[in-house]
Amino acid sequence: MKKLIGKKLGMTQVFTDEGRVVPVTLIEAGPCYVTQVKTKERDGYDAIQIGFGEAREKRLNKPLLGHLKRSGVKPLRHLTEVRVDNPRDYRPGQEIRVEEFKVGERADVTGISRGKGYAGVVKRHGFGGGPGSHGAHFHRAPGSIGACATPSRVFKGKRMPGHMGHQRVTVLNLEIVGVRPEQNLLLVKGAVPGPQGGLLYIREAVKRREKSRRRAGLIEMQ
Amino acid sequence: MKQRDLVEAEQLREDLPDFRPGDTVKVHLRVKEANRERIQVFQGLVIRRQGGGLRETFTVRKTSFGVGVERTFPVHSPMISKIEVVTRGDVRRAKLYYLRGKVGKAARVKEKRFR
Repeated sequence: MKKLIGKKLGMTQVFTDEGRVVPVTLIEAGPCYVTQVKTKERDGYDAIQIGFGEAREKRLNKPLLGHLKRSGVKPLRHLTEVRVDNPRDYRPGQEIRVEEFKVGERADVTGISRGKGYAGVVKRHGFGGGPGSHGAHFHRAPGSIGACATPSRVFKGKRMPGHMGHQRVTVLNLEIVGVRPEQNLLLVKGAVPGPQGGLLYIREAVKRREKSRRRAGLIEMQ
Repeated sequence: MKQRDLVEAEQLREDLPDFRPGDTVKVHLRVKEANRERIQVFQGLVIRRQGGGLRETFTVRKTSFGVGVERTFPVHSPMISKIEVVTRGDVRRAKLYYLRGKVGKAARVKEKRFR
């Protein structure tokens, strides 16, 4: 699987050749460095570990610094693991850049959504709420949360007020509109979770992968 | 937001003339039909310019067979091949929505006089 770590830069729009306006999110993706290669024989599964984001040496702890030093990369702030079929094609210290992704391909983008704090039921679950005026006393409250003697308890999973946002969210099947290797930029159609400057994981779409690859011209049409 | 500006800057069009609300313009549009491309002209009065940067749009109003027609275009759209300014109008506001309620003589805009 293809995967990169990146930073959300913000949104803008681009015109297509047909003059259509496409909303895009700019992601500074990579360069990522291979920090460890895991093989089935030694680790039980095939994967590589990649890192992104330069950090000051002072900011990382000694075990992590030692780990990075072994693979011969500079201090990196974020690490993640990617399952691959052929770990032997990678070596520690190898660079992985945005060129991995092609225009037209689909990607899944994971990030931490913006925190909304303690939110009521109208904002958090889209409840309707009551009338604002005309003598009503029922405004944004959740209303009844269940019946009386039967079942004489509240069901698990009942939608109630509570903390909203600041969650790991993945948006599936976003089209890649542009790739700019010289700026390490990825242009992805639509919105992605999190604030500007937030950390993102971009991976090849897990669903309908065949179709995505065909669109990007990576495999032949049947 | 340096990199966003860069991406936007490559798409901005600098070949278009200056025009403001109140001006009468001819917008030359590229229209794709089947596999042929032709130019369509939409002439009318600019009643607003809205937004900034790459997102800026303008609205042109004209009366066609007695019916008011308004079209909004992105200023930097590649579908606009050319904009011609026919006349400059002398107006005192930025959005000329008041013209919508007016017909015939009352819907005119004074032409700008240059000294």
